[in-house]
Amino acid sequence: MSRAGTITRRTLLVAAVAVAGGVAFGYYAYRKPYPNPLEAGLEAGEAAFNPYVTIGSDDTVTIIVPRAEMGQGVETTLAALVAEELDVALERVRIEHGPASPAYANIAMLKEGVPFPQFDESWLAELARDGIAVFGKFLGLQATGGSSSTVDAFVKMRRAGAAARETLKAAAGKTLNVAASSLQTADGRVTDPATGRSVSYGEVAQAAARLDPPAEPALKPREAWRLLGTALPRTDMRAKVTGAPIYGVDVALPDMLHATVRMNPHLGAPMRGMDAQAAEAMPGVVKVVPIAHRLGHGFAVVARSTWHAFRGADAVEADWAPATYPADDDGLWAAIEAAADESGFSLRDDGDVDVAFADAPRERLVEAEYRAPWLAHACMEPMNATARLADGRLEVWAPNQVPTLVQKLCAEAVGLPAEACTVHTTYLGGGFGRRLETDYAVYAALVAAETDGRPVKVTWTREEDTTHDAYRPAAYGRLRARLGDDGLPAAIDMKIASPSIMASMVPRIFPGVPLAGPDRSLVDGTFNQPYAVPDYRVEGVPVPLDLPVGYWRSVGYSYNAFFHECFLDEIAAAGGHDPVALRRRLMQPWPTAVNVVDTLAAMSGWQTPPGDGRARGIAFSACFGSWSGAVVEVAEGERGVRIERVWLAADVGTALDPRNIEAQLVSGAVFGLSAATGQEITFAEGRVAQSNFHDYDAMRIHQCPRFEVAVLETAPEMGGVGEIGTPPAIAALVNAVSALTGERLRRLPLSHAVTFA
Amino acid sequence: MRLTVDGRPIEIDAEPDMPLLWALRDLAGITGPKFGCGIAACGACTVLVDGQPVRACVMPVGAVEGAVTTIEGLAEGDALHPVQQAWLDEQVAQCGYCQAGQIMSAVALLAEIADPSDEEIDAAMGGNLCRCGTYPRIRAAIRRAARDGAGA
Repeated sequence: MSRAGTITRRTLLVAAVAVAGGVAFGYYAYRKPYPNPLEAGLEAGEAAFNPYVTIGSDDTVTIIVPRAEMGQGVETTLAALVAEELDVALERVRIEHGPASPAYANIAMLKEGVPFPQFDESWLAELARDGIAVFGKFLGLQATGGSSSTVDAFVKMRRAGAAARETLKAAAGKTLNVAASSLQTADGRVTDPATGRSVSYGEVAQAAARLDPPAEPALKPREAWRLLGTALPRTDMRAKVTGAPIYGVDVALPDMLHATVRMNPHLGAPMRGMDAQAAEAMPGVVKVVPIAHRLGHGFAVVARSTWHAFRGADAVEADWAPATYPADDDGLWAAIEAAADESGFSLRDDGDVDVAFADAPRERLVEAEYRAPWLAHACMEPMNATARLADGRLEVWAPNQVPTLVQKLCAEAVGLPAEACTVHTTYLGGGFGRRLETDYAVYAALVAAETDGRPVKVTWTREEDTTHDAYRPAAYGRLRARLGDDGLPAAIDMKIASPSIMASMVPRIFPGVPLAGPDRSLVDGTFNQPYAVPDYRVEGVPVPLDLPVGYWRSVGYSYNAFFHECFLDEIAAAGGHDPVALRRRLMQPWPTAVNVVDTLAAMSGWQTPPGDGRARGIAFSACFGSWSGAVVEVAEGERGVRIERVWLAADVGTALDPRNIEAQLVSGAVFGLSAATGQEITFAEGRVAQSNFHDYDAMRIHQCPRFEVAVLETAPEMGGVGEIGTPPAIAALVNAVSALTGERLRRLPLSHAVTFA
Repeated sequence: MRLTVDGRPIEIDAEPDMPLLWALRDLAGITGPKFGCGIAACGACTVLVDGQPVRACVMPVGAVEGAVTTIEGLAEGDALHPVQQAWLDEQVAQCGYCQAGQIMSAVALLAEIADPSDEEIDAAMGGNLCRCGTYPRIRAAIRRAARDGAGA
């Protein structure tokens, strides 16, 4: 199809976004801010400046970080954005997550979802980003995902700090009887440099908060940053090394009961009935409560301790109805591969691919099929939430990534309006996308409706967690390339079939809301990569399977980078090119990408062969606004293949905390290597076959390679960091192991083909 | 049932086959040890019983003979245990959920081997799973704690 055809289809989608967003509601309403959610909960002497800053008359500065701290260090970095401009010491501020509120909507996350590559700066791409931003404002979705928190907060939380600083100066100016513009701020005080007189923030906070803040206060230039751009001690570190009660599972309330749930392992299917007599007679068991909700059907056992609840649940006999999806892997994969015969949607269709392949000689063709399995998130902290329903009010304590959705769905589940539900977001013992779901919180709310006003903490077993996930969807890639006389790819054609996460998730959150437009995540990592190939088509086919799938760290990139980057190595081999040289050549129009590859080649000594029994692989992925690559070196050992060294390089545009970014890159890579080496969710008799870490393990310390990391800052835009280590690490590992074994590996996990030490 | 936990005697109303983890967490309110798997596969629940690291999720409370030390009992007032301090200095934790267990395993390791090799670190810590992939910093923190004489 021609370029014009592609544009037309994109325009239609953009128009749909614009109607849903800006045009229908009007731009004036978009400009109007949400009311400040902090006004309602102020303590005596405390003044709220905006949704991110309160200051007490005792000089206590509170910064709201309305994003889930799930390990990625977001609390520290986002608090530093405010503290930088407010001129307060980070170690002296109080940091809170704050209430669930649309005032904390994440706009950057939605902007990443427009159907254009991150480096597409055309008017059409920008129009779509603006349109989705307007839509996002009205959606009011407070969410932590898509590696977007820092990008989303970078301007608005610095502005919050700067606006508070300017009003404090204005109020201090009145107190000191000098022009505000002549005053200076540092370490929580406003000082008149002419006289040396000063007032503390707390002394003028009440007066300052009543002033109109400047709409767009000047932000400090980078040269003036004290905190940003440096390695800050994490604000959550001390609590985490002392065992403080900071997670959802640690919530303790007066008179609290404990509970667990067992939901139908045939995902989504009803419970026909149950026999709970034996369980209810067990010591410590309080009651057994059936649960029927669109998110799941089953029962909860309420008890005096979590262990009593677990034991009670084992004693309940439930009659589970079968699921509607195919009962085993053979059936599921047949459905996925059959879908690949259908036509889907295309977000990249350059040149004329059909013509390019029509006369392709056999020896110039490269064809391959790739397969990636279902995956579970396996957060260290099993799913849990605590709820109390009393006097017409619902309170929910939940380690979650979506407070406004938790509020809405929990309230709905017990027949209350959203305003009657208060959500407390704890620290998360891992998220990885699993806690973008709300099932754990909804079940807790439903159980709380049966405990006569007593709070109840509902903790899942590991087995329940593993078998009731919203899984990373399995994916199938049918790929072909035509090489030119120079061995370079003249045409690439990729077809990706996988269940759509949007199609699975939207009905869970907004039942009855129609889906619009293609699910971009299905082809993320293929259609939007910086490689210049004349004829280039990527088609995505959503597989209609009624099996819950969800966002798993790096989402579509997690399988598509594997497909794309490993197929690129196949193209390199067929055309007689070195993998690094081929990538550099195709990336020429994007110097940021070339620089990442050059950096990796230099770090890893790519030009020097790794020696006998060893091999290296490289991969690159432009993802989440950043430019990320990996080189993995593997070695044959007596007990199997060892991953010995990994080099990571990422250009993130602006690195707000280099040490934390390094930690995130390594974290993302370990997450990917864990999956690529051995993780796989399979189905048998309609249920997940794995249950705990004995059959769904992750990388252990003795398997962990040595890492070297380069954080680069040449890209014009700031990108995300929480997920970008995962896609290239997976693909680089597969390329390395394929080079080691001499056999091209096209199926994950690699444990199907090789043994890892 | 009487236990000594973190130097304090505690009285709990538990059946003897109740795992130590749940007796600590739900009955004694000591939530530092974490529930991760229930089958001794992840190490998040690691505590010391008479100095030996045990997986509290599979240890029946009735079988506990000796003093129990949890993550909550390591620091003395505001002064962190040298292993905790090393964890802080190396900025190890991400989500942090596994770190109570990691730190307890490291404390036990350093008590046994004051200056462990990389292989000894790997061998001792293999039972403690971390989904955030903090292993490189865990190694660095154990080496730092060893330098600072945590095992002495």
